[in-house]
Amino acid sequence: MSPLSDLARPALHAALRDGNLCLRTGPFALRVRSTLPAMAETLALLYADYPAALDAPFADFHIHLRRPRGLRRWVRPQVAFDMDGTVPFQPLPLAQAFPMFEWVCNWYISARAHSYLLIHAAAVEKNGRVAILPAPPGSGKSTLCAALVCAGWRLLTDEMTLLRLDDGRVQPVPRPVSLKNASIGVIRAFAPEAVFGPEVADTTKGTIAHMKAPRDSVLRAAEAAAPAWIVFPRYEANASLRLEPIAAARAFTRVAENCFNYGLLGREGFDALGRLVDAAPAHELHYGQLPEALALFDRLAATP
Amino acid sequence: MKRRALLLEVLRAPGAMATLGLAEWDLLLRQAEHSGMSAILSCLAEEQGLLDLLPAPVRTQFGWLQAPVRRHRQAVGWEVRQLARVLAPLGVPLLLLKGAAYALAELPAGRGRLFSDIDILVPEAALGEVEAALMLDGWVSANPDPYDQRYYREWMHELPPMQHARRQTILDVHHAILPRTAAVWPNPALLWEAALPLPGQPGLRVLAPVDMVLHSAVHLFHEGEFEHGLRGLFDLHRLLVHFGADLGFWEALPARARALEVERSLFYALRYTSLMLGTPVPATLLAAAAGRPPAAVLALMDALFGRVLQPLHPSCEDRFGGAARFALYLRGNWLRMPPLLLARHLLHKALLSPRRKEIAG
Repeated sequence: MSPLSDLARPALHAALRDGNLCLRTGPFALRVRSTLPAMAETLALLYADYPAALDAPFADFHIHLRRPRGLRRWVRPQVAFDMDGTVPFQPLPLAQAFPMFEWVCNWYISARAHSYLLIHAAAVEKNGRVAILPAPPGSGKSTLCAALVCAGWRLLTDEMTLLRLDDGRVQPVPRPVSLKNASIGVIRAFAPEAVFGPEVADTTKGTIAHMKAPRDSVLRAAEAAAPAWIVFPRYEANASLRLEPIAAARAFTRVAENCFNYGLLGREGFDALGRLVDAAPAHELHYGQLPEALALFDRLAATP
Repeated sequence: MKRRALLLEVLRAPGAMATLGLAEWDLLLRQAEHSGMSAILSCLAEEQGLLDLLPAPVRTQFGWLQAPVRRHRQAVGWEVRQLARVLAPLGVPLLLLKGAAYALAELPAGRGRLFSDIDILVPEAALGEVEAALMLDGWVSANPDPYDQRYYREWMHELPPMQHARRQTILDVHHAILPRTAAVWPNPALLWEAALPLPGQPGLRVLAPVDMVLHSAVHLFHEGEFEHGLRGLFDLHRLLVHFGADLGFWEALPARARALEVERSLFYALRYTSLMLGTPVPATLLAAAAGRPPAAVLALMDALFGRVLQPLHPSCEDRFGGAARFALYLRGNWLRMPPLLLARHLLHKALLSPRRKEIAG
């Protein structure tokens, strides 16, 4: 498979129209179909480095985004996820087509890929060691993840950490980093070279923009790595940097609360989580300044 | 008729899975997913010893299904144990129906069959105390609308569906297998007499093999909704193949259908399983006149069931699919109630229920 950027724009449009564009993100093959011009443009921008094929016979997930039929074509136009003729979710305003694409990807993974413990967490890697950043929305997880990635950490995921059940390693599924509201400006200022998709206002989470994943992270999507730290970030304006250790048992329950399929996996999930908190000491990180937090991560990475 | 749907081909002859290319798998997995049969397909592949022969991405997807299948089996067992615990002090016999019965009796029909409701049968005389005991254990009526409550309690063969307040499980408590208002009414006393204890599960029963097949047939062919039509047909196929290994089963089946007044359902069950899934039904049974509708009706039913029992996927849908589903929806209601009562019920659902919701909302 060659990168999506090799595909000329007319060929991309045709492939999206006919529903035979296949993109690979980490272990998953997605087949994408949409005639929405914004989808082609944003995919071309943010997925330029991802392996793409036009004749792949098989895909794990099929994503068809289209405009709903009827009046909604003209009045306050919308976008809907069409799953083989059914529309399982409420359509969204048309401008939110790309966020919907990302959201449907996440939904597919969380609903299907049960050979992993699926943790609602960002994950970044340096020197072969992974920091897992689980956190509820609003904790500054994505901001910190984006900044770390711009500062040279490898992006494994910004949203869903895939912990392999068989060997306990983190399977990368690098995709664009979703940033919200003030975080967008913070990262633009911090890393002016970062590439962003269009800002989409008035989503349920406010304004969203996606930052392109670094090319190196995308190319190394097959390289799993071992978890070394669990860091619960907590952004507090003007707070001074504080790193507090969390006991393994406490870390276990806190990560479990952030899992999508912990209950479903039963014993396997329990064992995987137990191995994780044994191998990766957990900390809570209070930070008010990104550079301070980044310096701390680099000190972590430098420890033997 | 166009080519048979890929999923039907595979359900007829699971060994064919070994020869499919990736493009066919891409379609097959989606047909199965939309028919609620993904895990059934993966269990079939495993049962046939084919897993190692499948393309890697397919093995991966089947691997993803292992945890949900295991978890579902465990959850059903646990819910049933809770029900047995609640009902034991009442001395009321507890009989499992459909999915829960297939799972706990470890029948092939239960493999990979993920379902959301637990169905049980209790004697009608005990309905009141059973409901009270369940409510004390946290089961509440999922639908408080007074009309719906009356609809179930007066006319149907089950209590309004109950939901456990903490676990969200849905429970259907039946006292018969067809509504009180249906034209035919299989006598539950006959079912209870023939019911069998579930090995290793004290206090639990399941229907006798012939009754289990007939209930499955009645359930499918009296229904008005076919979201899980193909899955229901495959249940029948699996049950018939499994129990049919015993020759006495095929002899007992028509007589029992007559006794329970469900010969028409049995006729359809044998016809469509053998036509669509290649179920090995003895020729004498297929040719028997019992339950066979007049030729014109049969031609119509072939056209309707031949459509709604297809995989639920655009690749299997022709332009009459919607009309067939609508016609069978009407038929399902028609079979459930006499015409006047039905007219009253549909009128109420169309006019009064939405208004009431508006007022309540």
